[in-house]
Amino acid sequence: MSLISTLARLEAISTGRAQPVATVRHRHLSERPLVLVPLTTAGEAGAPLGALVGTDRDAPRLLVVPQPRDRDLRFAFLAELADIVLPYVDSYADVVEAAERSETDPETGKRVKVEVDLCADAPQLIVPSRSGIDFVRLLGRSMRFRRTAEQEPEAPHPAPPRVPLLGRWLTHFGERARVPGSSLLLALTDLLTRHWATGQSGVEDQHLGALLAWIDPPGDESGDTAARRAELARDADGQLLCPPAGPATDPAFDNKLLAPAIERYDRARAALAAAEDGLQADDRLGDLTAAERGIRGLVESRTRPTWDAVWRGLDLLRELPEGAHAADRWTRDRWSFTGHRDRIIAGEPPQPRRDDAVTAANKLATREREQARLDAQEALDDPLVMAGRRLAGEAFAGEVTDVVMAYSEGKRPSPRPLVTVHTEDRPHLGERTKVYRSLGGKPQAAEFVGYDGPEGGDLLVLRIVDKMGRGKEPEQGSVPEKGDLVCFTLFEHDQRAGAKLPDPDDTPWTHGGPPGDPEAVPLPEQPDPVTEEDVL
Amino acid sequence: MTAVASSGFDPGAAATRATDAILRDTLHGTDRGVVVDSPPGAGKSTLVVRAALELAAAGRPLMIIAQTNAQVDDLVLRLAEKDSELPVGRLHSSDADPYDKALDDLPNVRKSTRAADLAGLDVVISTAAKWAHVKDVEPWRHAIVDEAYQMRSDALLAVAGLFERALFVGDPGQLDPFAIVGSEQWAGLSYDPSASAVTTLLAHNPELPQHRLPVSWRLPASAAPLVSDAFYPFTPFRSGTDHGDRRLSFAVPSDGSGPDRVIDEAAEAGWGLLELPARHTPRTDPEAVRAVAQVVRRLLDRGGAATSERSDEPVPLTADRIAVGTAHRDQAAAVRSALANLGVTDVVVDTANRLQGREYDVTVVLHPLSGRPDATAFHLETGRLCVLASRHRHACVVVCRAGVTELLDDHPSTEPVQLGVTVKFPDGWEANHAVLAHLAEHRVASRP
Repeated sequence: MSLISTLARLEAISTGRAQPVATVRHRHLSERPLVLVPLTTAGEAGAPLGALVGTDRDAPRLLVVPQPRDRDLRFAFLAELADIVLPYVDSYADVVEAAERSETDPETGKRVKVEVDLCADAPQLIVPSRSGIDFVRLLGRSMRFRRTAEQEPEAPHPAPPRVPLLGRWLTHFGERARVPGSSLLLALTDLLTRHWATGQSGVEDQHLGALLAWIDPPGDESGDTAARRAELARDADGQLLCPPAGPATDPAFDNKLLAPAIERYDRARAALAAAEDGLQADDRLGDLTAAERGIRGLVESRTRPTWDAVWRGLDLLRELPEGAHAADRWTRDRWSFTGHRDRIIAGEPPQPRRDDAVTAANKLATREREQARLDAQEALDDPLVMAGRRLAGEAFAGEVTDVVMAYSEGKRPSPRPLVTVHTEDRPHLGERTKVYRSLGGKPQAAEFVGYDGPEGGDLLVLRIVDKMGRGKEPEQGSVPEKGDLVCFTLFEHDQRAGAKLPDPDDTPWTHGGPPGDPEAVPLPEQPDPVTEEDVL
Repeated sequence: MTAVASSGFDPGAAATRATDAILRDTLHGTDRGVVVDSPPGAGKSTLVVRAALELAAAGRPLMIIAQTNAQVDDLVLRLAEKDSELPVGRLHSSDADPYDKALDDLPNVRKSTRAADLAGLDVVISTAAKWAHVKDVEPWRHAIVDEAYQMRSDALLAVAGLFERALFVGDPGQLDPFAIVGSEQWAGLSYDPSASAVTTLLAHNPELPQHRLPVSWRLPASAAPLVSDAFYPFTPFRSGTDHGDRRLSFAVPSDGSGPDRVIDEAAEAGWGLLELPARHTPRTDPEAVRAVAQVVRRLLDRGGAATSERSDEPVPLTADRIAVGTAHRDQAAAVRSALANLGVTDVVVDTANRLQGREYDVTVVLHPLSGRPDATAFHLETGRLCVLASRHRHACVVVCRAGVTELLDDHPSTEPVQLGVTVKFPDGWEANHAVLAHLAEHRVASRP
């Protein structure tokens, strides 16, 4: 944790309210996000209990699996979910704008610009907490390899038509969410903690109710008290007043309310199946419907508070103006969305169970680059974030006290003005350390020359080295003037693209050779050899 | 080289045997790769230079992959020192000042940003990052990968297509490579891109010959057993020198202060622990930082002289023979400014990551866990402590707040166990305890 966020947390404790750690909103928020509040069944991985889902805060769709262990009912739930999510996704797939992308020409091997479609906007999924993102991934993984009756008419238990497609999309959202700064799939708790620091720990911040209590406590109550109430307060029946944001449910709810309701449903279903005539069946169908309604009511009662909390959190975030670079990152999300749309249209198979060596390395490289880019962009967009970097010695701000014109040596001398900056910050500068400032949105580089005065003092001499035009005299406005307030960073503002990795088909021997070769993934696929300890 | 140690162990002969076996496998073996584990100061660079010269002499075009520009330049200089006639290519980036200016004085070293300009030279050297941009060239018959344990698997993936066979050399005890984003997604995969290059290489090619250099020429007899036991429990090594072969003495006697007493203890025993009162502090603990600076100041002021097997006469302990190691960059910056206040500007102060591969007579270490309220995976990483505790030829002074033992007991390792990932032994928790237990015998309490 950085020093400034520690300070913000301490301040939150002493004031009883969350403290802002950002002055702008660092993530793009869609005009029409799709909010998903899922619940899962305790002890059954990948068995949804229900969900509230939709784009209209006043009219969420309630989906419920009355008997979560019944796979037909689970498929019905997933099919319903697909009927909501896929039209939402599709509504962004068709609206495109023209864009340019550089591709390698297969014939010449040269990089050429090609005109391609870029979706003008992209869908955005919001879940309450980080475990919601994991749940989206789990759903994606459980669905994308399913076969429909159309694909495999002979196979038993076919999946409903659009379920595998939903699995592919949820997998894509889940993977994209691992890219720093991306906004296709966001957890509200992550969004809120990016912008506010509370007086509780990071793990406690994953409780949406407690987190909102710190940020926006009711009335005059302190965040501490409100958060404690959100976590612990129960009604006369022993049920939490603020149910957990899921997907896990509270055991008291499971035991006291859900289990009896499901039992009642199971009994009604068995009774219906055993009905001897139409009249009796009608009667018993009524019982079954009532039992199902009971479970629906229970699921809604646990998801609706979270649903409302998510929208309240979004309101709080919308009060902040969007950071300047958030749109740039959203454009990358749109590229990602467009790319996946194209893969599906092209009939490519679903994402593989595991990445191959080259894909994994490419993903890691992308994410590292995006992380560095995000860190730089957030600091440039937000003086409060920059303050944290300054406090950490990674940037400094101050006033220009002197500018001396100088030139580089060589045949064509270029301007290399020496700029003295007075700063109260204590940047970690060494000889010839590169520093950067933003000049019209582009980074201008300078070198640290030394201190004017004592070592480690407050007068820094910098040599500006670029962005001054081609002439002998620097272009107007490209060199800071005496009295200007400037802010330089020790980190770069933009990230270079890394080296291109080989094609997966050219995976070298050090990494097991090309995938598809059954020998390629040796160890994890095979069971351990039996040892003496295995035999009692 | 040193005489046969009293135990009958001949370090020179043991090292020669190991080197011969490595060169035999490299030059005449049939395997595509050879892996060499080298403990700190075991002559890894010497081995790389020797292997390069022998491969070049055998007429095999060779590429060398190192991890940083400093390592590349150092290797070029060492090669030129051994054989000034050898045609060497230094492939470099197009940034400003891409290589050490000293290379300009070497007539047989050609420098270029393009691999094509260096084609046909006996040896071409660059960083893994630069090699990754080289495309469409005839693969080299042979490569040497230096610091292979600090190279990430994805970096090897980018360059492995450039060579047919390779010698991988590195120190498994030093800091593992890291990623700035989470990579748990791939944990347990044999080609986890965030793992070390050697881990991936051996997962896919378990049959490759693996060698080990058995003797540390850097670490003194006082340090090798501790470093070996704490960080290399299953692959022990010895020091090349014996007790009494090296000596550190000071012209100016101790003034009785904490720094002076710990200097004397370290000069005598090879280790010294300057213990400050227990306290939770910010990372740049001002008292600990000042104590580090004072120890360095006194080391310089007291007219130190180092006697070793390298020369007959004692060599003065000058600023360039001393280094300060920390865990974090802000700590290094704080120590640097504290030193500047005491008028010391030419002592190297850096983090463990940047001190890897370097060697000094005396090191002063700010203990990574000093003053901390918690012991995170970063601070417990075995390699971090190993780097800091294995840079010295004579003595190492550790500055630390009291209470680290209790801190360790309060924070057993809690990292999730990943299936398919080889558990690294020893873990940082155990290694830290081992080092602290040893340091406790050389403790000097100090009140700032």
